[in-house]
Amino acid sequence: MAEAEVEAGAGRRDVADPGAWREDAFAGRSRLLEGVRAYGLIVAMWMRSTMAYRASFVMTTVGNFVATAFDFVTIMLMFTHVDALGGYTLPEIALLYGASATAFGLSDLLLGSVERLGRRVRDGTLDTLLVRPVPVLAQVAADRFALRRLGRITQGLLVLGYALVTLDIAWTPLKVVMLPLMVLSGAAVFGAVFVAGAAFQFFAQDASEVQNAFTYGGTTVLQYPPSIFAKELVRGVTFVVPLAFVSWLPALYVLGRDYPLGLPGWVAFLPPVVAALCWALASLAWRTGLRAYRSTGS
Amino acid sequence: MRLYAVVAAGGFRRHATYRAATAAGVFTNTVFGFIVAYTYMALWDVRPRLGGYDVSEAVTYVWLGQALLMTCAMMGGGFEDELSERIRTGDIAVDLYRPADLQLWWLAGDLGRAAFHLLGRGIVPMVLGALAFDLALPRSPWTWAAFLVSVSLGVVVSFGLRYLVALSAFWLMDGAGAMQMAMLAGLFFSGMLLPLTLFPGLLGEVARALPWSSLLQVPADVFLGKRTGWGLVQAYAFQAGWAVALLLAGRLLQSVATRRVVVQGG
Repeated sequence: MAEAEVEAGAGRRDVADPGAWREDAFAGRSRLLEGVRAYGLIVAMWMRSTMAYRASFVMTTVGNFVATAFDFVTIMLMFTHVDALGGYTLPEIALLYGASATAFGLSDLLLGSVERLGRRVRDGTLDTLLVRPVPVLAQVAADRFALRRLGRITQGLLVLGYALVTLDIAWTPLKVVMLPLMVLSGAAVFGAVFVAGAAFQFFAQDASEVQNAFTYGGTTVLQYPPSIFAKELVRGVTFVVPLAFVSWLPALYVLGRDYPLGLPGWVAFLPPVVAALCWALASLAWRTGLRAYRSTGS
Repeated sequence: MRLYAVVAAGGFRRHATYRAATAAGVFTNTVFGFIVAYTYMALWDVRPRLGGYDVSEAVTYVWLGQALLMTCAMMGGGFEDELSERIRTGDIAVDLYRPADLQLWWLAGDLGRAAFHLLGRGIVPMVLGALAFDLALPRSPWTWAAFLVSVSLGVVVSFGLRYLVALSAFWLMDGAGAMQMAMLAGLFFSGMLLPLTLFPGLLGEVARALPWSSLLQVPADVFLGKRTGWGLVQAYAFQAGWAVALLLAGRLLQSVATRRVVVQGG
């Protein structure tokens, strides 16, 4: 992407209140719609750019598929030695795994690029994004859009498919509805975690890797049944960073199993509510971060 | 020799500059250490002597993996991005004119990096792991020393592999694909996912014979006291053999590559 040089002094004024001028520019238009439209345009540009190197795209997508599939290969290798892990069979774990991997894959594809924000803060190229008449979050989320991340979604869906074919579930309409509900709300929860992590990078800059502990670490935790983890960890993942709502609680409802913390059954239907709550908090964090941004000025 | 010592010190200092990034990396390694430790405990709970380890040895293996992940660059990282980028842009021509050996130059820098990562990214996760779990730490200082030797050999093997990957840019121009393949192989065959002693049948035998096992499996076995006496000598011979073979292969590839190097102008 051609990066317009921003003069050191010019950037400062906008930085002081990056939102102020934009309200005039978008008067009468919905900012959300405008953001989504801009996001789509930038994503389309990056996809064209990716397709210019088709062989490279195929290789990196296959690589992404294999790298993320290693997590499930590890579980399969474990199951060459045991019949159950933490009281769960392989197809049951595959359901937990498939749901969380697909949800995470979706948010990684759509919003994963925000984790590059720290770099832009460090080298000052974020200033370029601030002077464009497009919401900054849309630009950051679409920045270097990586279509290869379809690899992760594909392998998540394959494992989910394997689970659904092999499991003997007593299907009810509610359980059927639960599947797409779980994956979509889960993607939203992870998306909120990505945005909150990006907001953190306004302050942390170099410490961007901390985010990985919650995103990649989070999805790794969810790939295993809650019964194998210490109670404190399960509590943290349920009440502090509510990742349990991505797959554990809804998937255990589908499997007809109890959640270790003895929560009532209806919490399995909370994921959309939790996702909305996470997004409210994440947008607040994002706005705070953007307002606190000070350019490097170089 | 002095030159390469300076380059190594430079490699150390260069990575030591990013303190916040190091702290963040330690945090992430620690979180992953906790997660993977619980999964291993669930596995060893069902099969208490799996792979020749008891449960506390298995958990120790997890934390060793997190401590050595960066040191032995199991998922890549370090110099190869930079070297392959220099090959792509043609800057390599400048490097070839320098009165220093290309391979030794990058090896020295990578050893400096590894030393920093061992101290900066290795010690804290290991200490935190030891506080939270019952780890099987060596009692004898000799075992610690033997472990450090094995890690050093592992770093050289890792360098040898990554040097070949970086040089592939002479032919492929874009090294991203090769680097990704190397990352996958490193992750799988080093034993980072699961100890190689747990890999079934032929896959296990092949995995244990490949160079990547020098990166984690062999040092971890030395640490856990599974390789002593004659076994330790064999472990060292295995690692050193791969190190020499890979460094020689790197030299050969380098001489072939530099003979055909055509620097792009502009």
